[in-house]
Amino acid sequence: MTAVEHRFGPYGGQYVPETLMPGLAELEAAWLAVRDDRGFKDELDALLRDYVGRPSPLYLAARLSKDLGHPVYLKREDLNHTGAHKINNALGQALLAKRIGKRRIIAETGAGQHGVAAATACALLDLECVVYMGTEDMRRQKPNVERMGLLGAHVEPVEAGVRTLKEAVSAAIRDWVTNVESTHYIIGSCVGPAPYPALVRDLQRVIGDEARAQILERTGRLPDRLIACVGGGSNAIGMFVPFLDDHDVQLIGVEAGGEGLDSGRHGAPLTAAGLPGVLHGAFSAVIQDEDGQILEAHSISAGLDYPGSGPEHAWLRDLGRARYVAVSDREALDAFARVARLEGIIPALESAHALAWALSNPAGELDLICLSGRGDKDLAEALAELERS
Amino acid sequence: MERAVTGAIPGVERIAEAFSSARADGRRAALMPYLMGGFPDLATSAEIGLAYARAGADLVELGVPFSDPLADGPVIHAAGSAALRAGATLPGVLEVGRALAERVPVVVMCYANLIVTRGLERFADALVDSGASGLIVPDLPVEESEQALAACDERGLALVPLAAPTTPEQRLARIGAQARGFLYAVSLTGTTGERGRLDQGLATVLARVARHTAVPVAVGFGIGTPEQAAAAAAAGADGVIVGSRLVRAAGEAADPAAAVSELLRGFASALAGPLS
Repeated sequence: MTAVEHRFGPYGGQYVPETLMPGLAELEAAWLAVRDDRGFKDELDALLRDYVGRPSPLYLAARLSKDLGHPVYLKREDLNHTGAHKINNALGQALLAKRIGKRRIIAETGAGQHGVAAATACALLDLECVVYMGTEDMRRQKPNVERMGLLGAHVEPVEAGVRTLKEAVSAAIRDWVTNVESTHYIIGSCVGPAPYPALVRDLQRVIGDEARAQILERTGRLPDRLIACVGGGSNAIGMFVPFLDDHDVQLIGVEAGGEGLDSGRHGAPLTAAGLPGVLHGAFSAVIQDEDGQILEAHSISAGLDYPGSGPEHAWLRDLGRARYVAVSDREALDAFARVARLEGIIPALESAHALAWALSNPAGELDLICLSGRGDKDLAEALAELERS
Repeated sequence: MERAVTGAIPGVERIAEAFSSARADGRRAALMPYLMGGFPDLATSAEIGLAYARAGADLVELGVPFSDPLADGPVIHAAGSAALRAGATLPGVLEVGRALAERVPVVVMCYANLIVTRGLERFADALVDSGASGLIVPDLPVEESEQALAACDERGLALVPLAAPTTPEQRLARIGAQARGFLYAVSLTGTTGERGRLDQGLATVLARVARHTAVPVAVGFGIGTPEQAAAAAAAGADGVIVGSRLVRAAGEAADPAAAVSELLRGFASALAGPLS
């Protein structure tokens, strides 16, 4: 049995208060015990199939392909129940929490997709659910706030800082420090202290496993480029991991360029490649000032509005195995509108970043893009921005 | 062992001395107030620190403000954010420590990223240069602290680890063995901040911790009244750390130094007599 990684090269680790260390050890032991357990796997697989709707389709986006001059396949995570890839992780972790006897769940959310996924998993499995969300994000993602309430979750508003995802994660961790003995923290991305980056990756790799088999079956070959958006990076890591040994497949993670990397208002720590640092329990690429204070990220997409990144991504970048790029708010918005008209698919603003990069960088013969979520939640914000321009 | 400042006593010895002289004076426990460096501004925090020293502090825990303090509750979190808005930086806070270290041993409390970003060696040198005696890193568990411990040991700085009520026996042994100066026992499962009552299991936690270490054990988190401080001493603490109550006073009072002086005298007198 392989161990759960604590480090990815120099990145990762467990930079958390002592109070949490036994909780992390318990979680790691539980994951090791169930990861290869037939019963657990069957239970999760059945839910992913019958409840989530997996496998998610691989769709040849014909008009997009025509525009780009080569075939573009979309991995349709937007068609999952709850409308994004987040449910894969939330269900897996909620089942795990039940196994270790924790009936209270906390989660953080930015765009609200992870919060909705956690609230959904908790409703299904009869668990108590508290979701921390910055009040700015609650404003930007109102439909998801209402959804969580309907699902029986309590949304705890977070007023600290600029009231977005970073502060929501911090608030969730503080809750966990206080309630670690009764509570499981379902972190929404491949960030945080070990074992979370490995745990979330393992639960999200279903995206890449399916996509790899589907593209081989459909085209008889592997894609030239695999493209996914990166906030913390969970849909990207889930997509990338099964392709790591396919050295001819380029792995491209698209971060939030916000108002431009030079403006300082962005969410692209991997692309900006400043000094790495410690945020939310892990050493990884972060956006920080010279003194080591973490800076606020900026993105039109609440899900990418995060100054940190998954440690495995930082390592893949350093190894040269994956490449990280950024697209601006503007480019993402344009892609959002364009893909809606071209394909009849309204992508999440997060996923629109991956689409935008592909649209402005046509190359190769075959693209596979992770369409990580649907954009209904973004309508108000995106339409207002599009009208403004 | 090299000493950066000629004639300076290594931090570990200075801390040991502070605990033993509190005992020798017949007091129940050493008193260690927490100072948020740069709150409400650098100059005022320097005055608050000196007021601590004059009002009976045996040691001072000097907090370096950080943008994302995961171990802190709302009062210290807000004070840290305010200090950063007022322009506090690590060098500025260490200057506050330098003046304070002439009077009492200073133990710097700093989150890991500020250390990692600067580089461990450079950070430790700056600490020694400022006259600090020890270092507490609330998000650096023993699994991650090997290099920090070596850097501190080389310089005679005490790297003070934390133990929590959730810490199992085996970990306590490891934490106790690598404790320098003192061991910081977290009184409750949670973040910093005042509580209505002390955690009932405190005596048990302290007894457990003490079995695994040769250094004094100081209790912090959730101690906001002189009665709670006395109770912590009675439960077996060698030292008592008071944070949020004092930081709150510093934020609320028109004359922060005077306000914290009065409060600290109350804590000092609660710890004045020997244990009955």
